[in-house]
Amino acid sequence: MMERDLMDIRAETDELTTDKMWVIMGPQHPFSHGLWTLKVELDGEIITDAEPIVGYLHRGWEKECENRPYAKIVPMADRLCYAASMTYSHLYCMTVEKALDIEVPEKAQYIRVVSDEICRISSHLMWLAAVGTDLGNFTVFLWCMREREYWMDLFVRLCGARMTTNYPRIGGVRNDITDLFDRDVDRCTEHFEKSLWDIITLIDDSSIFVSRMKGTGILTREQCVNLGITGPAMRGNGVDFDIRRDDPYETYGKIDFEVPVMNDGDSYSRYMVRVEELFQSCRIIKQAMQKIRAIGKNAPYRLKVPTNVPACTAMCRLEDPRGESLMYLVADGSGKPYRLKVRSPIFTNVSASKPLVVGSRIADVPAIMAMIDMCLGETDR
Amino acid sequence: MDTNAVYQKPSEDEIKTLLSEKFGDSVQVTKTETRRVYAIVKRESIHKVCEYIHDNLTFEHISTVIGVDMVSNMRVVYHINNYFNGCVIELTVDVPNEDLHIASISDIWVGGNWHERETWELFGIFFDGHPKLERLLTPDTYEFYPFRKSYKMRGQE
Repeated sequence: MMERDLMDIRAETDELTTDKMWVIMGPQHPFSHGLWTLKVELDGEIITDAEPIVGYLHRGWEKECENRPYAKIVPMADRLCYAASMTYSHLYCMTVEKALDIEVPEKAQYIRVVSDEICRISSHLMWLAAVGTDLGNFTVFLWCMREREYWMDLFVRLCGARMTTNYPRIGGVRNDITDLFDRDVDRCTEHFEKSLWDIITLIDDSSIFVSRMKGTGILTREQCVNLGITGPAMRGNGVDFDIRRDDPYETYGKIDFEVPVMNDGDSYSRYMVRVEELFQSCRIIKQAMQKIRAIGKNAPYRLKVPTNVPACTAMCRLEDPRGESLMYLVADGSGKPYRLKVRSPIFTNVSASKPLVVGSRIADVPAIMAMIDMCLGETDR
Repeated sequence: MDTNAVYQKPSEDEIKTLLSEKFGDSVQVTKTETRRVYAIVKRESIHKVCEYIHDNLTFEHISTVIGVDMVSNMRVVYHINNYFNGCVIELTVDVPNEDLHIASISDIWVGGNWHERETWELFGIFFDGHPKLERLLTPDTYEFYPFRKSYKMRGQE
């Protein structure tokens, strides 16, 4: 009797009709990593439609550059994204060097490789910390931020700043690496390779993490490529492409490393790709440091460059921690850029948020969007 | 050369030959470097060229759609990327100031959708056939195109 009653109730609930409802998440919401809105249409708790809205942080960065000498854009470039600040200054310097048609000294190239990889590690740790808070695990956040501090200290040794690291220069880098940096980078790498396992174990043993990440936010390879998603989010979808390996810049062609690729296309594979990238970055740093030591202390690390760039166009791209960053420079022969365009990876990744979240539950949205590794400063520029 | 075949890893010279064979005067390949091909395309044939590059040369990813104000005319630059060999094609299209319209390519690569919206709102170049040409980064109330050279910032001459 009791059982039949329950079955009747269940049958009744199956026939319930629900109204669809728009829920606005953000601009300031615990789920949003920065200022942006995600409007989602809900049917019960299943998302049926979504629309991302950005533009809250638009600063007109590209227009601002048209009003400044080339050298004075370098400290502006690292403001694009505080987590990957060095890669943007590096990209800008590389673009201007390409327009000037000069090659920087080999030592500077290796130092830039090291600084880029430190940037990648600190950015990925920041992401992992954010994933920890998104999924309600504060220990992951604390442990990741603690590990990140060691890499931040290396930034201080390298250039004197922690966040907005204004270190690469057009024609090389600002200064040679110091003895303190040389000593600490090995210690830091060895320590990190061990301590990262603690964090991985903490996450992989937690059923909250694994069940939220496995099987959510699934895209096929074709969808992912057509939507323009790049970086670790793309390599989690089975696309075997990394600009460092397949279109090498600086001295990445001389360094031996692997590109992690996963084929599942869900949030968990994106997480796995990033974690594997952390280990590969340590491998790159070790090899590049060996090369820097072999080159010796008195080798040149910076060239003298002209202030004016001849009239031309130049395009450069590099593998940002989040994906493909590209800069396009139109020079008119004067001391200021005629037009400088930044292609940031997250701008396109955010535009793909509708296909990522449609069909999943609203509770999965923070996990899915966290796996894209949001940074709204570089989205809006 | 059979232009219907699908090339996963076309070399720079192959791309140059295929484009000039297929499109004649509409596409002019100006320069090739290692993993880079630069071409100037006529405005009328941009959609066909992009379709061909996507379908037959397996360039699956569009990196950017860039607007440049050259004062005498507007310019749209496309960077299209191949995941099999890391090659990038740069297409440059000149759009006259009197008729700022160009065909949208966001039906070929969905990733181009927001880049075209951004180019429209900042330069005023209309992408015909775009599914949703609305303001993205700037407020809806703007009635000007802030990245044009005619728009001066405070302190700019």
